[in-house]
Amino acid sequence: MNAAYEPVIGLEVHCQIKTETKIFCGCPTRFGAPANSQVCPVCLGLPGALPVLNRRVVDLMLRMALAVGCTIRPRSRFARKNYFYPDLPKGYQISQYDEPVASGGRIDFEFDGTARSARLERIHLEEDAGKNLHLDSRPVSLVDFNRSGVPLMEIVSEPEIGSPAEAAEVLRVIRSLVRALEVSDGNMEEGSLRCDANVSLRPVGTRALGTKAEVKNMNSFKNVEHALAHEIERQADLLGRGERVVQETRLWNVQRGVTEPMRSKEEAHDYRYFPEPDLPPLEIAGEWIDEVRRGLPELPAARRDRFREQFGLPPYDARVLTAERELADYFEQTVADGADAKQAANFLMTEVLSRVADPRDLPGAPVSPRGLAALLRLQSGGTISGKVAKDVFLRMWETGRGAEEIVRAEGLQQVSDETALEETCRHVLAENAAAVDRYHGGEQRVFGHLIGQAMRASGGKANPKLVNEILRKLLGG
Amino acid sequence: MSATAAEIATLVGGGHASAEEIARTTFARIRRCDGRIGAYLRLDEEGALRSAREVDARVRLGERPVLAGVPIALKDAIVTRGVETTCASKILRGWIPPYDAAVVERLRAAGAVITGKANMDEFAMGSSNENSAYGPVRNPWDLERTPGGSSGGSAAAVAAELCAAALGSDTGGSIRQPAAMCGVVGLKPTYGRVSRRGLVAFASSLDQIGPLAHTVEDAALLLEAVAGHDERDSTSAARPVEPYRDSCRGDLRGLRIGVPREFFVAGMDSEVEAAVRAAIEVLGRLGGEIVDLSLPHTPHAVAAYYLICTAEASANLARYDGVRFGHRARGAQDLLEMYQRTRGEGFGPEVKRRIMLGTYALSAGYYEAYYGKAQKVRTLICRDFEEAFRSCDVLATPTSPTAAFRLGERLDDPLQMHLADVFTISVNLAGLPGISLPCGATGAGLPIGLQIIAPAFAEQTMLRAAWAYEQSTDWHLRRPPEWTA
Repeated sequence: MNAAYEPVIGLEVHCQIKTETKIFCGCPTRFGAPANSQVCPVCLGLPGALPVLNRRVVDLMLRMALAVGCTIRPRSRFARKNYFYPDLPKGYQISQYDEPVASGGRIDFEFDGTARSARLERIHLEEDAGKNLHLDSRPVSLVDFNRSGVPLMEIVSEPEIGSPAEAAEVLRVIRSLVRALEVSDGNMEEGSLRCDANVSLRPVGTRALGTKAEVKNMNSFKNVEHALAHEIERQADLLGRGERVVQETRLWNVQRGVTEPMRSKEEAHDYRYFPEPDLPPLEIAGEWIDEVRRGLPELPAARRDRFREQFGLPPYDARVLTAERELADYFEQTVADGADAKQAANFLMTEVLSRVADPRDLPGAPVSPRGLAALLRLQSGGTISGKVAKDVFLRMWETGRGAEEIVRAEGLQQVSDETALEETCRHVLAENAAAVDRYHGGEQRVFGHLIGQAMRASGGKANPKLVNEILRKLLGG
Repeated sequence: MSATAAEIATLVGGGHASAEEIARTTFARIRRCDGRIGAYLRLDEEGALRSAREVDARVRLGERPVLAGVPIALKDAIVTRGVETTCASKILRGWIPPYDAAVVERLRAAGAVITGKANMDEFAMGSSNENSAYGPVRNPWDLERTPGGSSGGSAAAVAAELCAAALGSDTGGSIRQPAAMCGVVGLKPTYGRVSRRGLVAFASSLDQIGPLAHTVEDAALLLEAVAGHDERDSTSAARPVEPYRDSCRGDLRGLRIGVPREFFVAGMDSEVEAAVRAAIEVLGRLGGEIVDLSLPHTPHAVAAYYLICTAEASANLARYDGVRFGHRARGAQDLLEMYQRTRGEGFGPEVKRRIMLGTYALSAGYYEAYYGKAQKVRTLICRDFEEAFRSCDVLATPTSPTAAFRLGERLDDPLQMHLADVFTISVNLAGLPGISLPCGATGAGLPIGLQIIAPAFAEQTMLRAAWAYEQSTDWHLRRPPEWTA
């Protein structure tokens, strides 16, 4: 990109709020139900049907708003956003316009090893639309309204994020927050977390914002980074050639790896927002806010700091372990069940995480924190070696059996009997006379080879520390 | 059939008459007479007889439902499970609702027998019932005249005794104005008093369902049955229902009756003015203290009303897109064409006019000048009423500046048509209760209505004043000449 320009990025993140029922009716929100099986007159927009706000949606949204330091409006309003589309049953979406529930706040994140933050403009509530299905076999489109009326919150950042990588990091923190707060599943693939961005460029060192383009259809973190990088490149090219950026909405084409124009400013919808007359203003009293605040769990950033302090973990480990609530919970429980914190952290980040597709699946994993702690205690107590611990863990994962049971049944206990080990070591030295000579000749690294031979001779069960001591003694070191 | 709803309920509830018998008599009369009036769009004789028999069975088991066996017509803007509901629009032709409006549930629980769906102006937009896609309603007092609107079918059905009472909806006068023109009682409750669940929306912040009946007591009886909090309508008021029927007693001693001078305007019919002034004198003789006062922002009410109601309607009517229910144009080549042709074919000219007006009023760059300004005027009108109710308990005004006008007379003059609601509109803007009751007749014998307006949720005071007036006059006993034989 042309070094004379710097990008300015703002995010609009739509996040599905995880409630049992929809935002304005009692229909279930379950994902993947048969088409149009979770609908009623309200979410189908039948004549005469009226919306009734689901208070639980507000509860959950307030958790997020308070967690990121928003100001809560004591009296906010819903508004109708008018446009025609087959998946929008009423011909308007009930959203919020000039009086959203929450404004301000910020997302703190780390980038390049430094602490940064992205300020938020607002968080507001709205209803989701249905889904159009286009058939290949026949020239018709069908609409599934199961998603119609599913609660969403829209998190809008200020346009001040400086790079695609930072934008992706902000998005990651948002996902981690909504998951930690149990407000949303935060799945980009399933669409419970969706991200649009506006991008503009300005000459380095200036304040005024350039003309922006809005980029849509980025349905993964990777896509967000690629699409934004491409869009920045495209705008830089234009400006570099002395052309102008047109204000428009563009779609990310993942196959072609480019953003493509969707509609220009002239074609932009006039949504004709006006206050929703079917819903009274939403009053949020201080007591309601206090109640939600009291119920807030420890947030990932705070937990990360605590992990560093309480368990003496390195910053990287603390960040990885607190990225998902389930992983952090698993770690803490393993330590509470008697494992050493650093040992548990290492084992979790390598052995355990490589066994699960998603850390959020850990609560149902075949090895429980208690089981893992038992295994790690066997290792730290010297009963088994680190290598054997990894093997035992795999067996535990596959069979669901306990560590001690596996170790006992398969005779995997570490051999710590000095007499027996000394016998094995003598045998190894006799068989490796050449190596012994090289060692005595000053070739220190041969020592490692001899340890390996001794370990192998013991079937991997020898206590490596003891083997080390015995070999040194026998070699006269 | 000249019994009132209260009388029928007493007879049927006491086991002295059968609901089924009354229903059969009513349908016989409808068959005999409605061909000339057109009050009904649709009859549900089978459903009515079934519920009549259920009521009779309930009575035999010792129940005394408050509306036992009362035949009631519903404006076609009120949705009825299993019975086509069109709002008198082509765009909803064939739509069978899967649910009952809240008022329908309550009527059924109270033992009412629903006769059918009454004609109306399409989507309740109109003041003459001539905007119905299924043909106009004729005024039972003069078949060449309109019954008023938009609840013209409900008012005509009551006047011609094609039901004992009816429900209508009132957005800018749509219950009270046709009640006045058809010589019956029409009551528009406080906004939020009656659930709007199942009322096809025209202008959500103004719409309210209410009764039309022969007497004030009948209107009170119906209101008591359908009013009350409904958690499925977020704008319905969470306050208990008062015993409205018990308000139908006593005299007017101590009651201050305000007469706003802006409601007697140049251009109003002199016979109407004379009749209403005479009615106000009667109120005075009954012990009321007459207070001359002003509602200064009244002249701006019509303009504000037509911005707010059209803006809301433009959104409320967006759902008629041909995708899920009702009419869909055939043969469209793409989505836009389907929308355009469906709506082009489905909506009548007045509905289109209002959708366009409302869309314009909400457009970027015009919102503040139109919708925003109209909301400010609305606030001023509310304050006018608050101020007025410091010095009086109810207001007495004409319901409409003229008696029933001729069919076709104002069709080409929408502005003149809109002025038919000049005295009723501000009541909706302020969300207040209002009632129209017969208070006279023109030389040609056409009914004239007196409107009584009360503060929000003061239906009891309003009913007390209306009942006292009614008891001291005979206007409510007049019947259209053609039907007395």
